[in-house]
Amino acid sequence: MEVFTLHVVVFTRSTPDTAAKVEVGANGSVTWGDAATVVNPWDEYALEEGILQAKNNGGKSTVIAVGTEMHNEALKHSLAMGLDEAVRVWDDALESGDSLGYATVAAAAVKKLGDVDLVIFGKESVDVGTDQHNYQTARKLSWPMLSYVSKILAVDYSAKTIKVERLLEEGKQIVTSKLPAVVSVMKDINEPRYPSFIGIRKASKAEIPVWSVADLGVTLPPTRTRALAFKNLPPRQGEVEMIAGTPEEQAVALVERLLAEKVL
Amino acid sequence: MSAVYVWIETFKGAANSTSWEALGAGRMVADGLKVPLTALVFGENASAVAKEAGEYGADKAIVCEDATLNGFRLEPYAALLTKLVQDNQPKAVLAIGTTRGRELLAASAADTDSGLLTEATALDLQDGVLKVVRPVYAGKILSDAEGSSDSTQYVTLRARAFKPVSGGTADISTVPAALAEDAIATKIEGFEEEVGTVNLTDAAIIVSGGRGMANNPKDAPSDVPDATVWKAQDGFENTLKPLVEVLGAAMGASRAAVDAGYIPYAHQVGQTGRTVSPDLYIACGISGAIQHQAGMRSSKVIVAINKDADAPIFKLARYGLVGDLYRIVPALTAELKKRLGK
Repeated sequence: MEVFTLHVVVFTRSTPDTAAKVEVGANGSVTWGDAATVVNPWDEYALEEGILQAKNNGGKSTVIAVGTEMHNEALKHSLAMGLDEAVRVWDDALESGDSLGYATVAAAAVKKLGDVDLVIFGKESVDVGTDQHNYQTARKLSWPMLSYVSKILAVDYSAKTIKVERLLEEGKQIVTSKLPAVVSVMKDINEPRYPSFIGIRKASKAEIPVWSVADLGVTLPPTRTRALAFKNLPPRQGEVEMIAGTPEEQAVALVERLLAEKVL
Repeated sequence: MSAVYVWIETFKGAANSTSWEALGAGRMVADGLKVPLTALVFGENASAVAKEAGEYGADKAIVCEDATLNGFRLEPYAALLTKLVQDNQPKAVLAIGTTRGRELLAASAADTDSGLLTEATALDLQDGVLKVVRPVYAGKILSDAEGSSDSTQYVTLRARAFKPVSGGTADISTVPAALAEDAIATKIEGFEEEVGTVNLTDAAIIVSGGRGMANNPKDAPSDVPDATVWKAQDGFENTLKPLVEVLGAAMGASRAAVDAGYIPYAHQVGQTGRTVSPDLYIACGISGAIQHQAGMRSSKVIVAINKDADAPIFKLARYGLVGDLYRIVPALTAELKKRLGK
């Protein structure tokens, strides 16, 4: 009997803790005080799915972060959860890049691994506030993209097909695709595990290789977008008006005000 | 001849009304660049939707009604958009950042090595360069960003952040599809529509429930596995839903309510759910964790109903009602029925 080994790649990055107060400092830079960085919250589901797919199918899993040294933290967390290998992709040339640069090196890293069947992203990255790099990586690979996946219903790694449920605005869609493919997953897909003590110890000792643009043998596309400045949110206008009274009195007073605000 | 393209999203042959907001934003850009505003409409009923696009300000419309485009799939849509961009070199491509709009514009921008700015809440044009304001760090701060006039500038817009405009008649042309069915790796096998529910991202009014939904004074039946979950679920169904219905609103929820199993994930508003900006957001029994605020703080008017007067949600709210949501919400529903004549 032929043995099919599967290789799943998950992309992740470090982002400020979800409860952190993120602010723009006097010098215009983004700060989050003493708060820790964590795995991008959406990626926890992607990492768990990578572990499950690899384990359930006798395959292996690799986690990749494109970014500076701070992203080693997310990679170590991923290894501690149970992903098999970690790679960081970074190059000073990427410093001024945008999502096109990310997608170009992300796709090249997947190709360098060689035998990848499935790439998994979390729905979006909360720091950069976008998911564009997910789709662009799929396009740079010329692989189909299945976004907003809420369930992987079936994967046949020998026939190279996948069937998923996607959570769209209007409801749930069932889609099949050929593999290899890129998927992005929603929160609903699984229950991410906590890293085990042994996993954390193993991960702390891991040496994570760094691949440069030259290692990947690609030419970066020109940067077409740039962030000019960061700003704190404008304070919400006006004070809260507390409406007291019996529930009925509160209801009458609130409806009066909402009618006056013309929001009904 | 150059143009500004706006992709008009359709579902089952009808335009997504937020697409008219994108045409409104596109009108400003096209006028600034002195080029025509062109609506792109793909899939079933595209010709009729293209006519409608004219009424919302499009000068021209490019239509493709090929069967491969019935039901959105990224590959045929992106291939066609990319071909149109390569052939005609538009100055800009805009769309609302829905699930489909986000992936379509990102894919085509990658195909053409063009810049893409996503989730713009404000858009401006200076010397041919598009400038946007976009939320980053889960909506906790804003970023000013700009594109480059060296290539087509792709921008996705936050729904409900731009106003539609009125127009006249669009000059409609038809193009063939760019991919044949056998070149497409994905197949849509089924769709389970959530009948009767209002889409959170389009909603003008959202009523959301949180952990406080568990304080339902009703007694749970003795045979349910978890009385707290039953009480909260009953509250969403029998206390919140009547308010949702009288307002024609969408139903939202906090992460705490979703994680506790009170309501499906599709309703979650916040950092790991949907980001919304309705005219009116009514938070019931939601304390207002920073992760929840990230998803709803751009709502125009926020009403908080909570028994804890110190809940952080009151710092964000325009109107605060301290009390038992299980007494206030039914009173509010009754008052609205009376005042709105329903």
